[in-house]
Amino acid sequence: MKKLVLTTAALALSAGMALADTIRMGTEGAYPPYNFINDNGQVDGFERELGDELCKRAGLTCEWVTNEWDSIIPNLVSGNYDTIIAGMSITAERDEVIDFTQNYFPPDPSVYVATTADVDVASAVVAAQTGTIQASHVAASGATLVEFATPDETIAAVKNGEVDAVLADKGFLEPIVAESGGALVMISDDVMLGDGIGMGLRESDTELKAKFDAAIGEMKADGSLNALIAKWFDGMDAGF
Amino acid sequence: MFSYCADPSTLDGFSWLACYLTNGKHMAFWASFGTVMVLLLITAPAALVFGFGGAMAARSHIAPLRWLGKGYTAMVRGIPDIAFFLFVPIALDQGIEWLRHKAKCPDWEEPIRQGSDFVVCAAAKLPLSSSPQWVHETYGFFLAVLAFAIVFGAFSANVLFGAMRAVPHAQMETAQAYGMTDRQAFWRILVPQMWIYALPGLGNLWMILIKATPLLFLLGVEDIVYWARELGGAKTSIYAYPHPDWRLYYFLGLLVFYLGLTRVSEVALDRLSRRLSHGQATMAGEAQRKAAA
Repeated sequence: MKKLVLTTAALALSAGMALADTIRMGTEGAYPPYNFINDNGQVDGFERELGDELCKRAGLTCEWVTNEWDSIIPNLVSGNYDTIIAGMSITAERDEVIDFTQNYFPPDPSVYVATTADVDVASAVVAAQTGTIQASHVAASGATLVEFATPDETIAAVKNGEVDAVLADKGFLEPIVAESGGALVMISDDVMLGDGIGMGLRESDTELKAKFDAAIGEMKADGSLNALIAKWFDGMDAGF
Repeated sequence: MFSYCADPSTLDGFSWLACYLTNGKHMAFWASFGTVMVLLLITAPAALVFGFGGAMAARSHIAPLRWLGKGYTAMVRGIPDIAFFLFVPIALDQGIEWLRHKAKCPDWEEPIRQGSDFVVCAAAKLPLSSSPQWVHETYGFFLAVLAFAIVFGAFSANVLFGAMRAVPHAQMETAQAYGMTDRQAFWRILVPQMWIYALPGLGNLWMILIKATPLLFLLGVEDIVYWARELGGAKTSIYAYPHPDWRLYYFLGLLVFYLGLTRVSEVALDRLSRRLSHGQATMAGEAQRKAAA
């Protein structure tokens, strides 16, 4: 067994050396401020800056690609890119299919947002993005779940009255509520879901996972991760 | 694009719009119209080649070839397009990588399927994970083109098969009476005359192909539908050009584009049909003859 692991590692290493370490970073590009496509058509946001820094520390050359949220895990598994860095919360369900690094973002509270404060979220029609922890939470809560492919569509659905409320990460909703001019309000306390956000990798990619784990640990230790989160999330204290 | 676009937050009205419509994202949007046109221009002839091959196989005297031709049309026509579009690129991609893996990494001992992972050696990856992003995008695009060509090839095989049978049989018998071989009669008599019978069917297929191009979006190609949704979504002030939900206008633009494209195609197909009817023993050909006389 040990020999097998060694040969695999040697193979992976030699193949890696021959091809230079280009790691393809998969993200959604539709979830500001975590990740989004800026006006020049480039991937931008907290995770872009974080990912570039992690790659630098791990000595990797990284390239950014975007993929629909819906198929982001299948495409990782089939090898279209090597990591998922897309605001993906670590859950036991996902952990069965892919591996996660340690979290680089604390468990992010989710909140409900609606046009009026008098919505009862336990019985209302609630929008969430397909395949998110929020969607599972709404489905389990007894409310009627309406799923959308992109985060943007969930907000549009609340605005045009298709649904009563939306459940999503607070970090995503906060700037939207702040800029809505009173049209949208947060109607609940924080709902704690998931074990924080981590990078997703193929289960067979243990070497890469170790590299990113080490780089994240390093950034937590020297405070640069806290600073980066504060920069993108309005002074938020991550407490790493 | 323009010099005054450096700080969009200070702009308003027309100059804001001019800068907005020429920013990097919109340039990618405009370029994606080219992607759609390129798809059409490659897929149409490729599908015709597939179709011609399929139709020829389906009327072959050699039984296995005939079964192949018939099987191809029956299978593809009977499966929903979307299921096929989602299946073909993944199957092709994994198939090609598996073959390359067998050829390039014979010493590999690990299984290729590890749980849900599809793992081939790094040298067998297609495109190589070290190749630049545009290679990946082009590769994905051509997988999509191939999927389109296979599906529309099957439809056009069916159309061409019918058109070949529609050419009056007496013409083929006359050709044989003149001592032409089967092959000569096929290429000299049948093929030149079958197009007028095939044209209505092929014209319809072209229209359906135009309308099927948004399926590119499903395959992860960044086409006009992708960009319309991306650009139309509400933007907070984290973006340089914040705006509310404008998807309605972007999709309206797409409707106009597709309507224009199909309208132009209709006109072109009408002209082609008039031209091909010339001197043919069809109703349209007969009408032309009478009008001229």
